[in-house]
Amino acid sequence: MRHSRLLLTAALSASLASAVFSGSVMARDDDPIRLAVDVPYEPFEYKTADGTLTGFEVDLGNAVCDYLEVECTWVEQPWDGMIPGLMARKYDAIMSSMAITEERAQQVLFSEPYYTTPSAWITAKDRDIDIQDKESLKGLTVGVQRATIQDRYVTDLYGDVLEIRRYGSADDVIADMQTGRLDLTFMDYPIAEASIDIDTEGSEFKRISDFIKEPKKYFGQGVGVAFRKRDKALAEKFNEALAELKANGTYEEIMNKYFTYDVKL
Amino acid sequence: MEQLNIWFTNLLADNTIFNAQTLEYYAEGLATTVQLVFLSLVIGLVMAVPLAIARGSRRKWIKMPIFFYTYIFRGTPLLIQLYIIYYGVVFIDGIQDTWLWLILEEPFYPALIAFTLNTAAYTTEIFHGAIKATSKGEIEAARAYGMSRGLMMRRIILPSAFRRALPAYGNEVIFMLHASAIASVVTIMDLTGAARLVYARYYAPFDAFLFVAMLYLCLTFAILYLFRYLEKRMLAHLRPQS
Repeated sequence: MRHSRLLLTAALSASLASAVFSGSVMARDDDPIRLAVDVPYEPFEYKTADGTLTGFEVDLGNAVCDYLEVECTWVEQPWDGMIPGLMARKYDAIMSSMAITEERAQQVLFSEPYYTTPSAWITAKDRDIDIQDKESLKGLTVGVQRATIQDRYVTDLYGDVLEIRRYGSADDVIADMQTGRLDLTFMDYPIAEASIDIDTEGSEFKRISDFIKEPKKYFGQGVGVAFRKRDKALAEKFNEALAELKANGTYEEIMNKYFTYDVKL
Repeated sequence: MEQLNIWFTNLLADNTIFNAQTLEYYAEGLATTVQLVFLSLVIGLVMAVPLAIARGSRRKWIKMPIFFYTYIFRGTPLLIQLYIIYYGVVFIDGIQDTWLWLILEEPFYPALIAFTLNTAAYTTEIFHGAIKATSKGEIEAARAYGMSRGLMMRRIILPSAFRRALPAYGNEVIFMLHASAIASVVTIMDLTGAARLVYARYYAPFDAFLFVAMLYLCLTFAILYLFRYLEKRMLAHLRPQS
């Protein structure tokens, strides 16, 4: 007991001393940038069988660091302590599928958004529906999950032509797609893809629209890297790196490794 | 009065939730709820009368299936019955190609079927109890007049049984109204469905649900007064004479 207290005191004074002598509380340039993730959250961040950290965000984060020519380390942090941990300097940035919201933006500094999950219109394989031609949709029935962004989008933009049925869960929507009660559904694509086969060999369903991520009013700002508010320079560097990766094709390369759909923003 | 007017104007001044659009949702929801409950009660009542009579039969093969039916429908939650009829039945192979699909495709009819079967089961038991409670004297008197079983049922037993069942049946009607709130789980836009839609739009649970609770209260009061009036008229002979 006594021993450990002694150790703690020593550690505390050592860190205090280093803080004082380095003259600044800012991380030095040659310190590795510490990135926080909450694992597992497939396919964004998870561990392979041999314990290696991998995933879309991990690869993207490493690519950013390679571009910036800095050393990066990954810190695992449970979700509920994510922002407090950033404030407590346990790491320098959060790259863990954190959606940009106003509440969070009051506490942290977000980079430009780097991904969002798309929504898409889905119908049965043998149906011929043109979602662009609004007139032809008259009388068709669409299923959405109640109170989701998809519900709002369809209600506002298609409420005058489509009959909208609202379900308590995505499973119920899928069930009624399979029984044929619904002509269409507008769903978060990853959720749809996890439940039914779409556009694969022998699948019963097909996607009949682009991957829809706009307007922001419905689909939100997307996911961004979170920094401490004062670390503006670091955030700027990340923005520059992300923009370059998106432009030079590296982003797509990483994306196609983990997704069958488009998450680019 | 003027103060009330000012209070009311102020109350509605910064209200964004109750506009023409949402009030239309509520109005449509009200119509659907009333339709659904009224139809299931009427059909359930028509079914319950012969079932209640048959339930009191001395023949086992008539009595037992009806007991089994009321036991099942009173012994399981209405929500489960609704799920089975709406989601379960459609997974029977080939049902989409039969005429049944015309009924089952829309959410309204599966809900109507579930509600009807449920209320019919309860009403059957209410009437059965009332029939069983007919006083021996009345039956003996009818027999002494040489009435056949059918005539006795029609003239003596049923009229007095209905009167006796009235308060319990009034309760069943109100229960049915409240139970209908689950219709929105199979996408029907009833009163509760409308409230959930408004809630999801404006993130205002208090306003959306308190308003709909008030509408349910109004409906309940209407039913309550109807039955009070009926009881007053039909059970007049049971009140103490002045």
